[in-house]
Amino acid sequence: MIHQYKNNGYNIVLDIASGSVHVVDDLVYDMIEMYQDLSEEQITDAIVKKYMSTYSNEDIHEAYEDITALKERGQLFTEDVYKDVIIDFKKRKTVVKALCLHIAHDCNLSCKYCFADEGSYNGKPKALMSAEVGKRALDFLVENSGNRVNLEVDFFGGEPLMNFEVIKEIVEYGRSIEKAAGKNFRFTLTTNGILLNDEITEFCNREISNVVLSLDGRKCVNDNMRPSVNGKGSYDIIVPKFQRFVEQRGDRSYYVRGTFTRNNLDFVEDFKAMADLGFKEISIEPVVASEESDYSIREEDIETICAEYDKLAAYLIELAKKGKPITFFHYMLDLNGGPCVYKRLSGCGSGTEYLAVTPDGDLYPCHQFVSYDDYKMGNVFDGIEKTDIVDEFKLCNVYAKEKCRDCFARFYCSGGCAANSFQFHGNILDAYDIGCKLQRKRVECAIMIKAALAELEEGE
Amino acid sequence: KRIKTLTDLGGCGECQTCKTSCTVG
Repeated sequence: MIHQYKNNGYNIVLDIASGSVHVVDDLVYDMIEMYQDLSEEQITDAIVKKYMSTYSNEDIHEAYEDITALKERGQLFTEDVYKDVIIDFKKRKTVVKALCLHIAHDCNLSCKYCFADEGSYNGKPKALMSAEVGKRALDFLVENSGNRVNLEVDFFGGEPLMNFEVIKEIVEYGRSIEKAAGKNFRFTLTTNGILLNDEITEFCNREISNVVLSLDGRKCVNDNMRPSVNGKGSYDIIVPKFQRFVEQRGDRSYYVRGTFTRNNLDFVEDFKAMADLGFKEISIEPVVASEESDYSIREEDIETICAEYDKLAAYLIELAKKGKPITFFHYMLDLNGGPCVYKRLSGCGSGTEYLAVTPDGDLYPCHQFVSYDDYKMGNVFDGIEKTDIVDEFKLCNVYAKEKCRDCFARFYCSGGCAANSFQFHGNILDAYDIGCKLQRKRVECAIMIKAALAELEEGE
Repeated sequence: KRIKTLTDLGGCGECQTCKTSCTVG
């Protein structure tokens, strides 16, 4: 129904099912907490008892009327009307609109936490995608995208730039067919930066809509987790290349993206280190790893991480006040627009509208499922053969997951990552619990930042 | 003020797919 919390001096009330967000004073905050269970008289008694003479009976009555008005306008205690209509999710017709092309199952770094095992994905042989497979993947996408116009193709690995010539061929092919097919291809790329040069930068600025640059922050942190194959750190090689890339990127989209582990729970220092290098678009996120690994996030780390998220939020507000805002990916929240409810409830689309393609052309529900042979769905030449996997993923929505259906963050999180759920619980309709707790904290911080920025705009 | 409201919720499928914005507007 509602979620209310205090953060950084703000009292925030989120009306979950309507999307309304209110910033309230202490009186209203306490009264909202009691509103559904007590009468106005009982609430008044409780407030007088708590605050003594701070608020008059008139104050309390006015506040009560304001709360009632919000409820009557559908902005507070709103019923969730979506639960009942989403039952038929399995019957929905889905089309493919995005592919993750594993352009290289090989890598020139040896990052310790990599879920792709340096591109081998659980022991698969090293391989580079051929132009033939890549072009066929684009044809498969066009053929299976129904009436969708905007199609997305992500170049992923391993390290995609180890197969740059094929990337160029695939993009050129896409541009040659998109107009006749009535489609728009949006290409994206993730790179560790080792092979970045001016030719690749020029190509990316011309053809790649968003580029993700992998860097973990401080040199000591990055080089500990992201060594090259010969064991040397990568920081000194990639940072100058990233800085030059971003300088030439202009206003085109990019992200410098890092991973933090329990070795650097003070990850705000890594965020600041990346900001100090001149990067304005930054993401840093918790590693997802089994408890056996010495760097995995544990239950006992959550309190520390949440405090760090608070620190990061305060830092971002300070930067905004100075007129030097920096974007943190996980605090991006569009309260007035954003996606429709259908999108919010169905999540990332893995296994239905988003598929991964291996160098051989095999299809998987997403890049993180490529390690699991049982999830091979077909290939780009013969199409999807195991439609039961599509049906399994069609059911993926927040109301199909017991942990999600009453969670206050469900319209912002969309039910979490199916691959993480599978990794920790063996099925895709569960949720990775540590990830949930951190996601909820990030949503709270993101909304608080909105409150602070609104106050800033009003000049209060 | 006692209450400040920061904001007062099949799709077309055209928005970006691992935070997205509505393409239709």
